[in-house]
Amino acid sequence: MQNILKIKNLNKNFGGVIATKNLNLSVLDGDIHAIIGPNGAGKTTLVSQIFGQVFPDSGQIFFQNIDVTQISEYKKSRLGINRTFQITSVMKSMTVSENIQLATDKIRENSLNFFTTFTNKNYVLEKVDFCLGQVGLIEANNQPVASLSHGDCRKLEIAMALASDAKLLLLDEPMAGLGPSETQEMIALLNKLKGKQTILLVEHDMDAVFALADRISVLVSGEIIATGEPNNIRHDSKVQKAYLGEA
Amino acid sequence: MQFIKPLKFFILASLLVFPILFNQIGMSFYLDLATRLCILAIAAVGLNLILGYGGMISFGHAAYLGLGAYAVGIPAHHWLYGGLDFLATTNGFVHILIAIAISGLFALLTGLICLKTKGVYFIMITMAFSQMAYYLFVSIEEYGGDDGLVINTRSEIPLINLDDPIQMFLVSFSSLIFFMWLVHLITKSNFGLILSGIKDNEARMVSLGYNVYFHKLIAFIFSGIICGFAGVLLGNFTTFISPEMIDWSRSGELMFMVILGGVATVMGPLFGAIVFVILEEVLSSITIYWHLPFGLLLITVVLFFRGGLSSLFSK
Repeated sequence: MQNILKIKNLNKNFGGVIATKNLNLSVLDGDIHAIIGPNGAGKTTLVSQIFGQVFPDSGQIFFQNIDVTQISEYKKSRLGINRTFQITSVMKSMTVSENIQLATDKIRENSLNFFTTFTNKNYVLEKVDFCLGQVGLIEANNQPVASLSHGDCRKLEIAMALASDAKLLLLDEPMAGLGPSETQEMIALLNKLKGKQTILLVEHDMDAVFALADRISVLVSGEIIATGEPNNIRHDSKVQKAYLGEA
Repeated sequence: MQFIKPLKFFILASLLVFPILFNQIGMSFYLDLATRLCILAIAAVGLNLILGYGGMISFGHAAYLGLGAYAVGIPAHHWLYGGLDFLATTNGFVHILIAIAISGLFALLTGLICLKTKGVYFIMITMAFSQMAYYLFVSIEEYGGDDGLVINTRSEIPLINLDDPIQMFLVSFSSLIFFMWLVHLITKSNFGLILSGIKDNEARMVSLGYNVYFHKLIAFIFSGIICGFAGVLLGNFTTFISPEMIDWSRSGELMFMVILGGVATVMGPLFGAIVFVILEEVLSSITIYWHLPFGLLLITVVLFFRGGLSSLFSK
């Protein structure tokens, strides 16, 4: 399989704090690749650098063999990198379907249509139905987002990412704030996407990570100390040390 | 819910019929009032596009009214007194073109800078730019400085005589309807959907791949042009333009109308303008401190009717 994302010698300091240290990472096309690590390991900073909200001090990021290190956020999104946020971020005053519509490339590419709308066009409607169907929110179609539960907002975010035809989806703690049953639903939902969608998953919930990931990288103090299949990671002595302390 | 639309239609129809009726029985004052109301409502409709639908609180929109009015006054001034021959004309279409070009350009140049900021900073910087326009016109002696400029000749448009108060009113009224329809159309378009997305959650829109800055700038320019057009009408209506029209307190009045009427609604700016013009007339005849009850009203509306006056009609 091919690398969809390749990170070479990435460094980022905030003042004296080293958030990312000589980091190398490859994500294979079609994988669910999880990044785990203790609090403050620099996971979110890494995601922000991949997505373009924060620029690295040095190093390079390649997406489908294009150097995207210095490309700004919205342009990266157009290349096919999409993300969800650790704190739910959707358009709260709009309806569920409007949120999905905004995520579709058809609306984005015709953003300067001042007098016509694509929201009633078949291909947009079908896309909305398809994406909402994937996450099981089809009944909520015309509801305002403000009336959704937290768990449903999380699903909506995934649906928006699907609607954007992302080639690489960065999920920043999709289980954050979800109850046990909602977490199970989210795992089932992501499992459905497995093999169809390349996902870079940053997550604290280890059950979720080991249930979903094809490969796992462990980030500690800004460095990747191990990368491998779930079983290997589970038995890796360095990882155990990082998580459990000196045993 | 059914009565809403007839009600709105009724308000628009009365706005059209009654001033003309009053004028016919010799009370031309009401026609003047209605004309001014329509012109201010157009400016409020323009401001509503960015303030209401786009969440950009501009405190400098009176500048566009002034630019539009000067776009009538300056060519007419040179037509009468000579100088700057390329500009000297009383042709209304040229006036409108100049107004659109100048207000569009002013919106583009100031927008490029203003839109780098958000929140309070955006409010202050838009106000700063409009004050710059204010002091620019104060300092130009040729156009009367702070004494203002008398517009001796109204814009000439084929088949229309703006010297006739009724025609002036009808032009203002139909322009208002046109711009309300235009802004309604824009807000229902792809662009409008994106604009409200930006208002709601800018960071999310960026991560969805939208060039947020660019879209805000486009809306900002549209809004400026609409106000510039209102300025052309205002200049023709008052036949006098002074820097005082650009003053920040005028911008505040436009904001007042939009917020009072209800942001992000089609009829809101019109309701706001109606209440503003009527209250201004009534209160200022009672007391010179009419701004005080005015302010209290605005506070009441903001506190108790979050959606402005429009929300009263849609409940």
